[in-house]
Amino acid sequence: MSERKPGWKQIPRGGLILEAGNAAQYLTGDWRSLRPVWDPEACSHCLFCWVYCPDAAILVAEGKMKGINLDFCKGCGICANQCPRTGALTMVTEGSVTAQAGS
Amino acid sequence: MSRAQQNRVAITGNEAVALAMKQVEPDVVAAYPITPQTDIVQYFSSFVADGEVQTEFVTVESEHSAMSACVGAAAAGARAMTATSANGLALMWEVLYIAAGLRLPIVMPVVNRALSAPINIHCDHSDSMGARDSGWIQLYSEDAQEAYDNILQAVRIGEHPDVLLPVMVCLDGFIISHSLENLKVLDKEQVTAFVGDYRPDARLLDAKRPITVGALELQDFYFEHKRQEAEAMVRSAPIIEAVADEYARLTGRKYSFFEAYRMDDAEVAVMVLNSAAGTARAVVDQLRRRGVRAGLLKLRVFRPFPGAALAEALAGLSVVGIMDRAEGLSAAGGPLFVEVRSALLGRPRHPLVLNHIYGLGGRDVGPDQIEQVFADLLRAAEAGEARQQVTHIGVRD
Repeated sequence: MSERKPGWKQIPRGGLILEAGNAAQYLTGDWRSLRPVWDPEACSHCLFCWVYCPDAAILVAEGKMKGINLDFCKGCGICANQCPRTGALTMVTEGSVTAQAGS
Repeated sequence: MSRAQQNRVAITGNEAVALAMKQVEPDVVAAYPITPQTDIVQYFSSFVADGEVQTEFVTVESEHSAMSACVGAAAAGARAMTATSANGLALMWEVLYIAAGLRLPIVMPVVNRALSAPINIHCDHSDSMGARDSGWIQLYSEDAQEAYDNILQAVRIGEHPDVLLPVMVCLDGFIISHSLENLKVLDKEQVTAFVGDYRPDARLLDAKRPITVGALELQDFYFEHKRQEAEAMVRSAPIIEAVADEYARLTGRKYSFFEAYRMDDAEVAVMVLNSAAGTARAVVDQLRRRGVRAGLLKLRVFRPFPGAALAEALAGLSVVGIMDRAEGLSAAGGPLFVEVRSALLGRPRHPLVLNHIYGLGGRDVGPDQIEQVFADLLRAAEAGEARQQVTHIGVRD
């Protein structure tokens, strides 16, 4: 992840959470080791992925697939598995994506 | 701070601990009785019933619940205490780590007793030694006076903002807990002034500033949390010293990490925890009269472990005998031995280190046994090597 998390000198004592309602700030997408890559050209907008995604990470607007919210996608691959089209959703390793971004 | 007027009383070790708790008057005491700690809880429940303290006394169904109730109370912002022994401490195990991990300064007298099996109610240190890596500060007490003094200091040490760790105050079951002793105690007002108030900067019962305690921390935060906890244990050392200094100004009784008795020119010495120090001191005096350069090192603070200072104090010896009142069952010697020897490693000059395991299950340790240890040390000093590294003293072959 690009954003550096706080070190032991910065975090509150004993794992205390000092602000109310900040769970939304915890980006569970950090856990992902596989990433879905969406190809809009191959997509038929059937929205099976949107129905099946357990993390509500498929972004939809006006009945069309718009992309994936990588802040909360945990990379389970259910979307790619149930997608009826070939090549619309492909799972790639996070490592390959970050290596590409770094090169 | 001026020296306090103190009262002289004749009470048992358990009464001394209960008196210290009464004078601290914690907000919450949650406890379950177990021999030989029982008197502490019994006396304290009388103070509550007689209206001598305003403490919320929670009678729980087990030690696991006692420590859990203390964790809840301390997280809520209360000063919480309990007391236990042996299997009771064992039943608290997982919650001990939670108390330390959540940085809750609970103070707990541990009346040292052997762990089962075989079932036994008498003294050894297998109980508190088993909890040595739970993140609790551990203070050991030679007698009732030290147990009383340690409880009062434990409150200040644990609650210091640089520390915020729970503290065990260990004393020997029956040998100290049930023996009548003449000791000096402070007045309630003096104790109240010394311990002050527990005012944590974040607490569950602060409706204006809601917090979460005990949240899940996975690969990305658990390690930082533990690193922070490790630092708190390191930082507790100067606080232990500072609190001891302040306590000495108040009472005239000065404590440190350990007591070095006749160590200045010593050639051989033993190291002990708790009540055996009294017997060892008498043996050292006897040997000194015979011209043997004997010494004693009595450890008071086992956690944080004062490794560097100990290595310094032992540097001039030829041989040191580390006396463990816990077996360790590691096939590598008792817990005190292992840690002291490790502290000496890497020093340019260090003594030969032997381990003598003694007094398990309350087996009486008299001067004869400690003389036997010194004889072994002198033999090793002369030979320049040990016949065997770990010896069980006072056990039938």
